Amino acid sequence: MTTTTLTKRPTTTADAGPAASYAARIDHVSKSFGRPGARQHVLDDISIDVAPGEFVCLLGASGCGKSTLLNLVAGLDAPTSGTIETPGGRPALMFQEHALFPWLTAGRNVELALRLRGVPRAERREEAERLLELVRLKGAYGKRVHELSGGMRQRVAMARALAQDSRLLLMDEPFAALDAITRDVLHDELTRIWHTANDTASGSGSGSGGLSVLFVTHNVREAVRLAERVVLLSSRPGRVAREWRVGIAQPRRIEDAAVADLSVEITEQLRGEIRRHGQH
Amino acid sequence: MASTETTTGPAGNTPGDTPDATDSPDAPTPADAAATAPAGGGTDRDGADLAGLEAGLDALESSVAARQPWLRTLASKALPPVIAVVIVLVLWQLAYHFEVKPHYLLPSPVEVARSLQEKWLEGTLLGYVWTSLSRGALGFLASVVLGTVLGLVVARVKAVRAAIGPILSGLQSLPSVAWVPAAIIWFGLSDATIYAVVLLGAVPSIANGLVAGVDQISPLYLRAGRTIGATGVAGVRHVLLPAALPGYIAGLKQGWAFSWRSLMAAELIVNAPDLGTGLGQLLEQGREFQDMPWVLSAILLILVVGIGIELLVFAPLERRVLRSRGLLVKS
Repeated sequence: MTTTTLTKRPTTTADAGPAASYAARIDHVSKSFGRPGARQHVLDDISIDVAPGEFVCLLGASGCGKSTLLNLVAGLDAPTSGTIETPGGRPALMFQEHALFPWLTAGRNVELALRLRGVPRAERREEAERLLELVRLKGAYGKRVHELSGGMRQRVAMARALAQDSRLLLMDEPFAALDAITRDVLHDELTRIWHTANDTASGSGSGSGGLSVLFVTHNVREAVRLAERVVLLSSRPGRVAREWRVGIAQPRRIEDAAVADLSVEITEQLRGEIRRHGQH
Repeated sequence: MASTETTTGPAGNTPGDTPDATDSPDAPTPADAAATAPAGGGTDRDGADLAGLEAGLDALESSVAARQPWLRTLASKALPPVIAVVIVLVLWQLAYHFEVKPHYLLPSPVEVARSLQEKWLEGTLLGYVWTSLSRGALGFLASVVLGTVLGLVVARVKAVRAAIGPILSGLQSLPSVAWVPAAIIWFGLSDATIYAVVLLGAVPSIANGLVAGVDQISPLYLRAGRTIGATGVAGVRHVLLPAALPGYIAGLKQGWAFSWRSLMAAELIVNAPDLGTGLGQLLEQGREFQDMPWVLSAILLILVVGIGIELLVFAPLERRVLRSRGLLVKS
């Protein structure tokens, strides 16, 4: 198969020792918006650690602030209180919209991320081709964004995110706008890429290397299908309501009985959280 | 499937897989894939399977837009304006024929053509055009530099925008000919006066175009840019400017029109022997001689040059940018 050396990054500024015990540490984080007096508490005292190589899904109904939390981890916004550490440097971020630049080809989109990371010009083309091959879009280098299907666009976006060579990948409902068949395929794809990245990292003995994923969704089945750990957030303000370790062995399928069983349990809890908001 | 341009699976596919995935009209559904997948394999259990599935989906969902043959494009785009021009010429000739106005006030199209031919045979015609065109181009280029810098500052710096944003858009409604008297007082009858008027006419439209272009950028691009590390100068260069390009080009187009207009206004009024004769001066000389065919042929030339630059430079540029972004909707 493809060579998937997600090259080691010696250039991290905030590296906490040789092997940090977490890829992201969200420590007692609160976030509120608005003026004093009319403040809206979006996140309340959230603490979540993401271990190196771990796949965590943040699950919650509308208004639980999951996208806000992801923005905080991505460094696009600052928490009102509490701290967020990402020892692996700036995390990569994928959105529900592909957010690819329409003035560049698919390949150039990936290359721009490489360039901004400081990859020398001579290596960019080859590296971009390799990343596109990793998401199985070998021939798409010269394609314009509008010539690609929704699923292909999200895969290019994934290649661009991987081009940042970050150890932490943040995903904000990246498959929510896709049709069910495509979404299912991309679940397989994401699982495969995550596995490959971590297998290579452990093989090369690069300590805390590997790829951690923090994946936000409101789709319970999706969360159980993908994650090693599912964190349920309550809404308004967002708090950690409960979390589950998903012990089901990969490869999983979204229609597996074990996935369905856990999904039912989590959905019950989620509905309970939502019901609370209708009671006053 | 007809779309042969889409990607096929990676080379690792078994030969039997590929045609199955790309050709079958009903792409394998996930359920099929589940049924055929070897139960409980390694981590890349159905690697080839997944690749084939993806290749099938990609083939089904992408379509290659065909471009119209150029002959038909030519017929549908060029023919109507040609017909319109012919009709105008016919009406003009009729008006001449029935002497709606005396012949010295309303010459025939043929007389105007003859006047043009005369200037051409004298060998001076291209010189007039070149004098104006080079002034227009130089003034426009200077306006692009100034307008771009000004536009960027207004678009990105809140205080500056609040202070001069409204003035900048207000300036667009001020006819640049209004600057001519002031410019003459400042600079006398010189090239500086002409260029000052051109700049004052074109810079606001170019700056405004860029501001509008920046305002229309989807916040998503800026966010995506920041996450991949495009901040500061890199952000302006790799995200802001390219994203604003469609609005910017619209501004440039308008800026050219304003440059050309302002230039003609300035040339009409700023008339000195040592300045060289441009089309505006040609027009003014025609008026002094009360030579209507001369006047009309000068107007015609001004129009043709203005339209020509728009059609030869800006229209293709705009189409290219829009098409590459998939923004050009086929009618």
